[in-house]
Amino acid sequence: MAVDTGRPVVRAADASSVRGRGHHDGKNPGGKRPGRLRRSLSTHWYAWCMVAPVVAVIGLIVGYPLVRGIYLSTTDANEANVERHIGVNHIPATYESVGLDNYTAILSDGVFWDRLGWTVVWTVSCVALSFALGLALATMLNRRLAGRSWYRMALILPWAVPAFVSVFTWRLLFNEKNGILNQILAGGGIDAIPWLNDPTWAKLSVITVNVWLGVPFMLVAMLGGLQSIPGELYEAAEMDGANAWQRFRHITLPGLRTVSSTVVLISGIWTFNMFPVIFLLTRGGPGDATEILVTYAYRLSFVVSPRDFSGSAAWGVLILLLLSFFAVIYRRALRKQGEVW
Amino acid sequence: MTPVTTTAKTELAAPARKFRPRGERGPLASVVLHVTLLVASAVAVLPPLWLLVTSFKPKSEAFSTELVKDFTLGNYDHVLNDTYFLGWLGNSLLVVGLTTVIGVFISATTGYAVSRFKFPGMRPLMWLLLITQMFPMAVLIVPLYNLLASLGLLNQPVGLIITYLTIAVPFCAWMMKGYFDTVPVEIDEAGRVDGLNPFGTFWRLILPLAKPGLAVTGFYSFITGWAEVAYASAFMTGEENLTLAGGLQTFVNQYTSDWGSLTAAAVIVAVPAAVIFGFAQRHLVSGLTAGATKS
Repeated sequence: MAVDTGRPVVRAADASSVRGRGHHDGKNPGGKRPGRLRRSLSTHWYAWCMVAPVVAVIGLIVGYPLVRGIYLSTTDANEANVERHIGVNHIPATYESVGLDNYTAILSDGVFWDRLGWTVVWTVSCVALSFALGLALATMLNRRLAGRSWYRMALILPWAVPAFVSVFTWRLLFNEKNGILNQILAGGGIDAIPWLNDPTWAKLSVITVNVWLGVPFMLVAMLGGLQSIPGELYEAAEMDGANAWQRFRHITLPGLRTVSSTVVLISGIWTFNMFPVIFLLTRGGPGDATEILVTYAYRLSFVVSPRDFSGSAAWGVLILLLLSFFAVIYRRALRKQGEVW
Repeated sequence: MTPVTTTAKTELAAPARKFRPRGERGPLASVVLHVTLLVASAVAVLPPLWLLVTSFKPKSEAFSTELVKDFTLGNYDHVLNDTYFLGWLGNSLLVVGLTTVIGVFISATTGYAVSRFKFPGMRPLMWLLLITQMFPMAVLIVPLYNLLASLGLLNQPVGLIITYLTIAVPFCAWMMKGYFDTVPVEIDEAGRVDGLNPFGTFWRLILPLAKPGLAVTGFYSFITGWAEVAYASAFMTGEENLTLAGGLQTFVNQYTSDWGSLTAAAVIVAVPAAVIFGFAQRHLVSGLTAGATKS
């Protein structure tokens, strides 16, 4: 398995860190000397001190709201019946528990499944397209080439510009009446395309923009991966008479396995949760055609009137359940790469 | 085999191609390669370029297709002097700056602890960090809104800073763990032997060695906060309290569409970010993937 370049390094690093932990880890089962015990206690005390701030922040800002969100999802809370202050008057909360009614309502209603279907299409197509484009461009750049660094700089630019700025730019380009894209089409005698106002075109447009935003990350990651494949492998393959496609198929692709599985997983999670692109480009519209799960939950609690807090929380819990699949897969991928914990 | 090499460049005939030296392309392949890359680069560069071009056009001509029409700096003047832009910029810098500083520090200590020590509660903590990374904000946004409202932190930078910490810290802690794993443990041991306690080892020996990792982590927190839209739109109201992501939305919405101001503001926001990015990007990906996989 000489091509699996990432592995040996990982093993080595792992071995050393395990060894290192052994030194600091005061826990020894048969330890009789009192100094050992004391040292172990103090070591753990230090470790706990170091992680305390993070645990506190996560516990307060993620833990509490999460518990509260799960609770809200079993009530009928909305804008009209939650606790609130109007001037000096304090109006207590009047919402009550409705058990799992929110969930049954969501799951038996078509909207959730529609949104889920579109979210899956959106995630898969965005990740697949940007991965394919990123890999193709990286393969092209990974050779001696005039102007290589210029190409690289140009291709990375979409990543360098803050995403919300790029999204506004695309809205400018997509503008139906006056946008540059439609003016170019008009120059060619083609009718204006309702980029963001027709359900199908809007879906294509948001995917286009997200792929445009996502390719640079893939490109840079893949370039890194390609450069870690030793050149000797290609020489040897060429000596054996492998053609370009065979070299790509049997050396490049296996060599990229580690990095590409990570990158695909990370960008899958990012895309699944991608709020800004859809929210800023179409606000989920037209209608709710481009609304993914995350933006729909946001719409329920902050856009529609009256704000449906409990429904939104129930959507959130369902999204979380879906995402825990990602977590399990991710964990498995990490373990395969020798991560021990 | 006879060394037939130089003719390969000029002849495209099949037999000659076989003997082209390793790593050289035929002219046709070169042309295809360059054309493809040029097209891809154009697609990547044109939208930001068009943004820049539009920002120099007068308001009424925002959609003109001409490259340069009545060049003007009026949009910049308007944005800087007649809008809340500078306030938004200040808000963003305050929120994102503090998030970065606090986030880097606490994720570094956490990353160090999980990289070096084995302690009770470590496995749950790793799971917590892993899962929090992929938390959709939709689950948290409502309860968090209520929590911040009851603490009186809505419309306050502090509320947003705490919120952003939860987005940035889990990922940064992973990245820092990956980085600390590459710092030899022998250095810690030497420090301990010389009488430093774990805090001293961390602060005096490991942290200075981890500066590149810290820079990447800081940069990651910075761009995460700089580009965050959902929480900022939900928690901050009133024009003067907005951050950049929220503020820019007020230029173009269902009531007004002031593309001139939007483009000018967008350019002012994007240029510094892009420059910093240019310096950091090389380390960013290795940081991202190393933090995630430790490869």
